[in-house]
Amino acid sequence: MAAQPKRLLEVQTIDNVAHVSITQGRILDDQIIQQFGEQLNSLVDQSGHERILLNFGKVEYLSSAALGKLVVLRKKIEAVKGKLALSNIDPTIFEAFKITGFDRIFKIFDEEQEASQFLQK
Amino acid sequence: MIGPFVHLRLGLGFSPRIARFGTFGMPVRSRTSALQSLPECFVIPSDACAAHRIRDHIATRLREGGYPERDVLDVLQALDEAMVNAIKHGNCCDSKKMLRISFCVDQDCFQICIEDEGQGFDPANIADPLSPECLEIPCGRGLLMMRHYMSEVSYLEPGNAVMMVKKRCGCE
Repeated sequence: MAAQPKRLLEVQTIDNVAHVSITQGRILDDQIIQQFGEQLNSLVDQSGHERILLNFGKVEYLSSAALGKLVVLRKKIEAVKGKLALSNIDPTIFEAFKITGFDRIFKIFDEEQEASQFLQK
Repeated sequence: MIGPFVHLRLGLGFSPRIARFGTFGMPVRSRTSALQSLPECFVIPSDACAAHRIRDHIATRLREGGYPERDVLDVLQALDEAMVNAIKHGNCCDSKKMLRISFCVDQDCFQICIEDEGQGFDPANIADPLSPECLEIPCGRGLLMMRHYMSEVSYLEPGNAVMMVKKRCGCE
Protein backbone atom coordinates (compact mmCIF):
# COMPACT_ATOMS: atom_id res chain seq x y z
CA MET A 1 0.00 0.00 0.00
CA ALA A 2 1.39 3.41 -0.96
CA ALA A 3 2.31 5.67 1.94
CA GLN A 4 -0.11 8.48 2.69
CA PRO A 5 1.32 11.78 1.38
CA LYS A 6 2.62 13.98 4.16
CA ARG A 7 0.56 17.06 4.88
CA LEU A 8 2.92 19.92 4.14
CA LEU A 9 0.49 22.82 4.23
CA GLU A 10 -1.96 24.11 6.83
CA VAL A 11 -4.69 26.25 5.34
CA GLN A 12 -6.94 28.73 7.08
CA THR A 13 -9.28 30.95 5.08
CA ILE A 14 -9.75 34.44 6.50
CA ASP A 15 -11.68 37.14 4.61
CA ASN A 16 -11.40 35.30 1.31
CA VAL A 17 -7.65 34.88 1.67
CA ALA A 18 -6.11 31.42 2.08
CA HIS A 19 -3.49 31.74 4.81
CA VAL A 20 -1.17 28.85 4.07
CA SER A 21 1.50 27.85 6.53
CA ILE A 22 4.20 25.56 5.22
CA THR A 23 4.71 22.98 7.94
CA GLN A 24 7.76 21.22 6.54
CA GLY A 25 11.05 22.70 7.71
CA ARG A 26 13.19 21.17 5.01
CA ILE A 27 11.88 20.96 1.47
CA LEU A 28 14.68 19.01 -0.05
CA ASP A 29 13.82 15.39 -0.93
CA ASP A 30 12.50 14.70 -4.38
CA GLN A 31 9.39 13.05 -2.95
CA ILE A 32 8.69 15.92 -0.55
CA ILE A 33 9.23 18.46 -3.33
CA GLN A 34 6.79 16.57 -5.52
CA GLN A 35 4.18 16.52 -2.76
CA PHE A 36 4.86 20.17 -2.00
CA GLY A 37 4.12 21.05 -5.63
CA GLU A 38 0.98 18.93 -5.74
CA GLN A 39 -0.38 20.40 -2.52
CA LEU A 40 0.36 23.94 -3.66
CA ASN A 41 -1.38 23.30 -6.97
CA SER A 42 -4.42 21.82 -5.28
CA LEU A 43 -4.96 25.12 -3.45
CA VAL A 44 -6.01 26.55 -6.80
CA ASP A 45 -7.11 23.48 -8.78
CA GLN A 46 -9.15 21.71 -6.09
CA SER A 47 -9.89 24.26 -3.38
CA GLY A 48 -10.41 27.15 -5.78
CA HIS A 49 -8.40 29.68 -3.80
CA GLU A 50 -7.50 32.79 -5.77
CA ARG A 51 -5.82 34.84 -3.06
CA ILE A 52 -3.07 32.96 -1.34
CA LEU A 53 -0.67 33.95 1.40
CA LEU A 54 2.23 31.56 1.83
CA ASN A 55 3.85 31.79 5.26
CA PHE A 56 7.44 30.48 5.26
CA GLY A 57 7.92 30.94 9.01
CA LYS A 58 8.67 27.25 9.62
CA VAL A 59 10.81 26.72 6.54
CA GLU A 60 14.50 26.31 7.27
CA TYR A 61 15.69 25.00 3.96
CA LEU A 62 14.52 25.21 0.37
CA SER A 63 16.14 23.70 -2.70
CA SER A 64 16.06 25.17 -6.20
CA ALA A 65 13.59 22.46 -7.24
CA ALA A 66 11.22 23.51 -4.45
CA LEU A 67 11.51 27.12 -5.59
CA GLY A 68 10.43 25.92 -9.03
CA LYS A 69 7.12 24.71 -7.56
CA LEU A 70 6.37 28.25 -6.44
CA VAL A 71 6.66 29.40 -10.04
CA VAL A 72 4.03 26.87 -11.09
CA LEU A 73 1.69 28.10 -8.33
CA ARG A 74 2.29 31.68 -9.39
CA LYS A 75 1.28 30.85 -12.97
CA LYS A 76 -1.87 29.08 -11.81
CA ILE A 77 -2.88 32.08 -9.71
CA GLU A 78 -2.18 34.46 -12.59
CA ALA A 79 -4.38 32.31 -14.83
CA VAL A 80 -7.36 32.87 -12.51
CA LYS A 81 -6.40 36.54 -12.05
CA GLY A 82 -5.70 35.94 -8.38
CA LYS A 83 -2.96 37.19 -6.09
CA LEU A 84 -0.07 35.51 -4.30
CA ALA A 85 2.02 36.86 -1.45
CA LEU A 86 4.88 35.33 0.52
CA SER A 87 5.78 36.22 4.10
CA ASN A 88 8.00 35.41 7.07
CA ILE A 89 10.92 34.22 4.97
CA ASP A 90 14.05 33.50 6.97
CA PRO A 91 17.05 35.57 5.76
CA THR A 92 18.93 32.41 4.72
CA ILE A 93 15.97 31.28 2.62
CA PHE A 94 15.50 34.79 1.26
CA GLU A 95 19.07 34.60 0.00
CA ALA A 96 18.00 31.71 -2.26
CA PHE A 97 15.17 33.91 -3.59
CA LYS A 98 17.65 36.69 -4.33
CA ILE A 99 20.22 34.43 -6.00
CA THR A 100 17.61 33.03 -8.35
CA GLY A 101 15.98 36.39 -9.07
CA PHE A 102 12.75 35.22 -7.48
CA ASP A 103 12.66 38.24 -5.20
CA ARG A 104 11.76 40.15 -8.40
CA ILE A 105 8.84 37.99 -9.45
CA PHE A 106 7.16 37.33 -6.09
CA LYS A 107 5.50 39.76 -3.72
CA ILE A 108 7.40 39.22 -0.49
CA PHE A 109 6.54 40.72 2.89
CA ASP A 110 8.25 40.56 6.24
CA GLU A 111 5.08 39.80 8.17
CA GLU A 112 1.87 37.94 7.44
CA GLN A 113 -0.24 40.98 8.30
CA GLU A 114 1.33 43.13 5.58
CA ALA A 115 0.92 40.32 3.08
CA SER A 116 -2.70 39.90 4.09
CA GLN A 117 -3.38 43.62 3.61
CA PHE A 118 -1.84 43.45 0.12
CA LEU A 119 -4.06 40.49 -0.78
CA GLN A 120 -7.24 42.16 0.44
CA LYS A 121 -6.73 45.27 -1.68
CA MET B 1 29.81 4.43 10.34
CA ILE B 2 27.63 6.09 7.76
CA GLY B 3 26.17 3.21 5.85
CA PRO B 4 26.79 0.44 3.40
CA PHE B 5 28.82 2.45 0.95
CA VAL B 6 32.06 1.60 -0.67
CA HIS B 7 34.55 3.77 1.14
CA LEU B 8 37.77 4.08 -0.79
CA ARG B 9 41.03 5.82 -0.43
CA LEU B 10 42.42 7.46 -3.52
CA GLY B 11 43.99 5.46 -6.28
CA LEU B 12 40.71 4.94 -8.03
CA GLY B 13 41.98 4.94 -11.55
CA PHE B 14 40.40 8.16 -12.68
CA SER B 15 41.38 8.70 -16.27
CA PRO B 16 43.71 11.69 -16.72
CA ARG B 17 41.56 13.62 -19.17
CA ILE B 18 42.06 17.32 -19.42
CA ALA B 19 39.11 19.51 -18.69
CA ARG B 20 38.07 21.83 -21.46
CA PHE B 21 35.40 23.83 -19.68
CA GLY B 22 36.57 27.29 -18.96
CA THR B 23 33.28 28.99 -19.54
CA PHE B 24 30.41 29.92 -17.22
CA GLY B 25 32.99 31.52 -14.94
CA MET B 26 34.48 28.16 -14.10
CA PRO B 27 38.21 27.49 -14.05
CA VAL B 28 39.77 24.83 -16.24
CA ARG B 29 41.18 21.91 -14.24
CA SER B 30 42.64 18.55 -15.04
CA ARG B 31 40.79 15.63 -13.49
CA THR B 32 43.88 14.09 -11.90
CA SER B 33 45.18 17.28 -10.33
CA ALA B 34 41.70 18.11 -9.09
CA LEU B 35 41.28 14.75 -7.38
CA GLN B 36 44.77 14.17 -6.03
CA SER B 37 44.10 16.17 -2.91
CA LEU B 38 40.81 14.44 -2.02
CA PRO B 39 41.65 11.60 0.36
CA GLU B 40 38.15 10.40 1.24
CA CYS B 41 36.00 8.76 -1.39
CA PHE B 42 32.55 7.16 -1.21
CA VAL B 43 30.67 5.38 -3.95
CA ILE B 44 26.93 5.52 -3.35
CA PRO B 45 23.82 4.48 -5.28
CA SER B 46 21.68 7.15 -6.95
CA ASP B 47 19.09 7.53 -4.23
CA ALA B 48 18.06 10.20 -1.78
CA CYS B 49 18.72 8.13 1.37
CA ALA B 50 22.32 7.45 0.41
CA ALA B 51 22.79 11.10 -0.51
CA HIS B 52 21.42 12.13 2.90
CA ARG B 53 23.84 9.92 4.74
CA ILE B 54 26.80 11.34 2.84
CA ARG B 55 25.45 14.83 3.46
CA ASP B 56 25.21 14.20 7.20
CA HIS B 57 28.68 12.69 7.26
CA ILE B 58 30.18 15.70 5.48
CA ALA B 59 28.36 18.10 7.82
CA THR B 60 29.82 16.24 10.79
CA ARG B 61 33.31 16.36 9.30
CA LEU B 62 33.05 20.10 8.67
CA ARG B 63 31.83 20.76 12.22
CA GLU B 64 34.59 18.56 13.62
CA GLY B 65 36.99 20.61 11.53
CA GLY B 66 35.77 23.77 13.26
CA TYR B 67 34.07 25.29 10.22
CA PRO B 68 31.58 28.05 11.12
CA GLU B 69 27.93 27.02 10.86
CA ARG B 70 27.36 29.44 8.01
CA ASP B 71 30.04 27.68 5.96
CA VAL B 72 28.52 24.30 6.80
CA LEU B 73 25.08 25.41 5.63
CA ASP B 74 26.53 26.91 2.44
CA VAL B 75 28.31 23.66 1.64
CA LEU B 76 25.19 21.59 2.36
CA GLN B 77 23.03 23.78 0.12
CA ALA B 78 25.51 23.46 -2.76
CA LEU B 79 26.06 19.76 -2.09
CA ASP B 80 22.33 19.06 -2.20
CA GLU B 81 21.98 20.84 -5.53
CA ALA B 82 25.01 19.04 -6.96
CA MET B 83 23.82 15.61 -5.81
CA VAL B 84 20.30 16.21 -7.15
CA ASN B 85 21.80 17.21 -10.51
CA ALA B 86 24.03 14.13 -10.53
CA ILE B 87 21.21 11.75 -9.58
CA LYS B 88 18.49 13.25 -11.77
CA HIS B 89 20.29 14.59 -14.80
CA GLY B 90 23.53 12.59 -14.71
CA ASN B 91 22.35 9.14 -13.66
CA CYS B 92 18.72 9.66 -14.77
CA CYS B 93 17.54 8.35 -11.34
CA ASP B 94 18.86 4.89 -12.28
CA SER B 95 19.54 3.22 -8.95
CA LYS B 96 22.07 0.90 -10.62
CA LYS B 97 24.24 3.86 -11.50
CA MET B 98 26.55 5.18 -8.82
CA LEU B 99 27.84 8.51 -7.61
CA ARG B 100 31.46 8.86 -6.61
CA ILE B 101 31.98 11.50 -3.95
CA SER B 102 35.52 12.48 -2.98
CA PHE B 103 36.31 15.20 -0.52
CA CYS B 104 38.87 16.75 1.76
CA VAL B 105 38.36 18.90 4.84
CA ASP B 106 41.44 21.10 5.19
CA GLN B 107 42.36 23.81 7.62
CA ASP B 108 41.58 26.56 5.12
CA CYS B 109 39.17 25.03 2.66
CA PHE B 110 36.82 22.18 1.92
CA GLN B 111 37.02 20.51 -1.49
CA ILE B 112 34.60 18.04 -2.98
CA CYS B 113 34.15 16.26 -6.28
CA ILE B 114 30.85 14.60 -7.24
CA GLU B 115 31.01 12.35 -10.25
CA ASP B 116 28.08 10.59 -11.92
CA GLU B 117 27.91 7.95 -14.63
CA GLY B 118 26.16 10.17 -17.14
CA GLN B 119 27.33 11.52 -20.47
CA GLY B 120 28.26 14.85 -18.96
CA PHE B 121 27.23 18.29 -20.12
CA ASP B 122 28.76 21.62 -20.98
CA PRO B 123 27.69 24.22 -18.41
CA ALA B 124 28.23 26.87 -21.08
CA ASN B 125 25.14 25.51 -22.84
CA ILE B 126 22.90 26.21 -19.87
CA ALA B 127 20.85 29.35 -20.39
CA ASP B 128 21.22 32.17 -17.90
CA PRO B 129 18.49 31.47 -15.34
CA LEU B 130 18.35 35.17 -14.46
CA SER B 131 17.45 36.26 -17.98
CA PRO B 132 13.81 37.39 -18.23
CA GLU B 133 12.89 34.54 -20.60
CA CYS B 134 14.34 31.90 -18.23
CA LEU B 135 13.35 33.35 -14.89
CA GLU B 136 10.21 31.26 -14.68
CA ILE B 137 11.41 28.02 -16.26
CA PRO B 138 13.49 25.36 -14.51
CA CYS B 139 16.95 25.83 -15.97
CA GLY B 140 20.26 26.29 -14.20
CA ARG B 141 18.96 27.55 -10.87
CA GLY B 142 20.75 24.76 -9.00
CA LEU B 143 24.02 25.67 -10.71
CA LEU B 144 23.47 29.30 -9.86
CA MET B 145 23.00 28.39 -6.21
CA MET B 146 26.09 26.17 -6.18
CA ARG B 147 28.18 29.01 -7.57
CA HIS B 148 26.78 31.41 -5.00
CA TYR B 149 27.32 29.22 -1.96
CA MET B 150 30.74 27.87 -2.88
CA SER B 151 34.02 29.72 -3.46
CA GLU B 152 34.79 27.84 -6.70
CA VAL B 153 32.81 25.53 -8.96
CA SER B 154 34.31 23.76 -11.95
CA TYR B 155 33.33 20.85 -14.18
CA LEU B 156 35.73 18.12 -15.23
CA GLU B 157 35.56 16.65 -18.70
CA PRO B 158 33.29 15.29 -20.05
CA GLY B 159 31.12 17.32 -17.68
CA ASN B 160 29.98 14.46 -15.45
CA ALA B 161 32.02 15.54 -12.43
CA VAL B 162 31.70 18.77 -10.52
CA MET B 163 34.51 20.03 -8.34
CA MET B 164 33.62 22.56 -5.64
CA VAL B 165 35.74 24.44 -3.14
CA LYS B 166 34.57 26.31 -0.06
CA LYS B 167 37.14 28.53 1.58
CA ARG B 168 36.69 28.70 5.32
CA CYS B 169 35.15 31.99 6.39
CA GLY B 170 38.02 34.39 7.06
CA CYS B 171 40.40 32.45 4.81
CA GLU B 172 39.32 34.09 1.54
